[in-house]
Amino acid sequence: MLWIAIRMLTGDKQKFYGLVFGIAFSTLLITQQLTIFVNLIERGASGVYNVPSADVWVMDEVSRTTDVNFPMPSTALDKVRAVPGVEWAVPHLRAGASVRTSNGDLEGVSVIGVDDATLIGLPRRMAQGSTDVLSTPDSVIIDDVGTTRMFENGQSPIGERLELNDQRAVIRGVADAVPSFTSQVTLYTKYSRALNYVPGTRNRMSFVLAGASDGIAPEALTQAIEEQTGLRARTRDQFAQDGVDFIIQNTGIPLNFGITVLLGFIVGVAIVGLTFSLFIRDNVKQFGALKAIGVTNRKIRGMVASQAGLVGLIGYGLGVIGTVLFIWGFSSNPTFKGFYIPWQVPLISLAAVALILLFTGWLALRNVLKTEPAAVFR
Amino acid sequence: MTADPHPAPSQNDAAIATRGVTRDFKAGQRNITVLHGIDLDIRAGELTYLVGESGSGKTTLISIMCGILWPTEGKVEVFGTDIYALSDTELVEFRLQNIGFIFQQYNLIPSIDAASNAAVPLIAQGMPRLEARERAIAMMEKLNIGDQIDKLPSQLSGGQQQRVAIARALVHEPRLVVCDEPTAALDAGSGRRVMDLLRQVAVAEDRACIIVTHDNRVFDLADRILVLEDGEITHDGTEMPEDH
Ligand SMILES: Nc1ncnc2c1ncn2[C@@H]1O[C@H](COP(=O)(O)OP(=O)(O)O)[C@@H](O)[C@H]1O
Ligand SMILES: [Mg+2]
Repeated sequence: MLWIAIRMLTGDKQKFYGLVFGIAFSTLLITQQLTIFVNLIERGASGVYNVPSADVWVMDEVSRTTDVNFPMPSTALDKVRAVPGVEWAVPHLRAGASVRTSNGDLEGVSVIGVDDATLIGLPRRMAQGSTDVLSTPDSVIIDDVGTTRMFENGQSPIGERLELNDQRAVIRGVADAVPSFTSQVTLYTKYSRALNYVPGTRNRMSFVLAGASDGIAPEALTQAIEEQTGLRARTRDQFAQDGVDFIIQNTGIPLNFGITVLLGFIVGVAIVGLTFSLFIRDNVKQFGALKAIGVTNRKIRGMVASQAGLVGLIGYGLGVIGTVLFIWGFSSNPTFKGFYIPWQVPLISLAAVALILLFTGWLALRNVLKTEPAAVFR
Repeated sequence: MTADPHPAPSQNDAAIATRGVTRDFKAGQRNITVLHGIDLDIRAGELTYLVGESGSGKTTLISIMCGILWPTEGKVEVFGTDIYALSDTELVEFRLQNIGFIFQQYNLIPSIDAASNAAVPLIAQGMPRLEARERAIAMMEKLNIGDQIDKLPSQLSGGQQQRVAIARALVHEPRLVVCDEPTAALDAGSGRRVMDLLRQVAVAEDRACIIVTHDNRVFDLADRILVLEDGEITHDGTEMPEDH
């Protein structure tokens, strides 16, 4: 009967391809939309992801994310260093500034001051130049996506002079960084120089980044730091989550985009449901005749389940491949930089496709299974 | 206690025994009764015709006899089994082993070839597909469509499709075969050939065959003729009544 079921499905090539295409398209829609949504929201944590070496972020009690922070007095650094289990601790500055480019444009940027000695605070990799350039006075490193915003015609930023809060700065390197949620231009420089670029109050140290000694869990370390210093401490994972939560809670984008994703999801599910129930409906008389001849409901359900399974797996597979190609195809586009497909997303779309196939199959078959077989011969 | 107006099924050789079979249909608000208490014994080894005007309830009656339409009241025994006392699954299984039918709608599966369509009951019984196909091909050869085995239903003429449906009804050698107006769409010559074929393949010592027809060209082939009028059997004999 399995053979018959598969032939029923593949016999009409046009309908079969239609069904596969419908499911593939819906899977693509669902997977792609969810992927973009998750990646965009995760950009709320880009500030944390860009400093992978920091196990723990220490901050003022009122600070909430990498970008929403309240500076601390410089004595905080020594306090953190004094906590047992802290292998190292370095100062970290994050502040907003305005720059005037050589052609006169004004642009809001974020300035990040990294530890003078270790350069902890810089993204792991450079796209152009080396981190050594920071030893030259006046030099800053720009992030790669920021480059595309500030220098739209693709010109190299290396050697460009900027006026950063009325001070001279020269771009001497490009960092390979995860863009921020707003894709704002980011300029990295040494901590001591950042203090000059960012005018302000006495307290300007935004964070202390700390590493845990061998065998010390970051969670335990944050507790120890909070108890001893009275400052707020978060592990890397916690602080990344804080950034994501902040975006969700404080911008309308997740809601608006979430609605779009939901619509895409519903449209996808509807396409799968419609195409499959049309297929079953086309074959309702044959199923009814099979039942009349002597095929049990259980076997008929098995037939439909195998049809759903086959067409679902092929369509789903193509849809996921399509999403991979999409993400891959756009990977060089700064908007999609660093996008990946979280493993949960294909699982969610698989569950959605499977559920809707089961549901529509069940719905379309319900009549065949319940009515008297004679009905199909009228 | 009043006497049961319908005698109990005899323990004789009746292949099918119906007792007090009625069937109602809902037509909008109204309930129409199509069969008014049918009591019949169909014997094995005979070709039985069921004759009657359009709308008299012939299709309804044979559907009930072959286990695909539930009687509103009454009881149907097929080879001693009270089929509507069976569970749904048991009845499906019973049909698979014992009953073959050819209705006016063949409902062949469009995407598998003629031989595979004819093999469906055997495949459903669990026979390996290729073996079932061999048996189906043998049956199709008997029905003179041995040269159509690998055509799709859409590539066959109406008459050829009907023979595939007949092959499908007979391939598993069911003990009861019912056939609804097999000659309706055929010219006189083909109609007679189909009836002859059915007689050859479906009528045997331990098998029963009921054919619905109102084709007077083939009345002479019947062993027994039943006339149904407005849901009641009004004639039962070896020939048609005079007034028809
Ligand atoms: N499923 C149904 N729903 C409603 N009425 C039906 C149904 N099946 C049959 N009937 C009615 O029952 C009567 C007998 O039908 P049928 O058994 O097909 O007659 P025949 O086969 O003798 O032409 C007709 O009046 C028909 O309209
Ligand atoms: Mg009829």
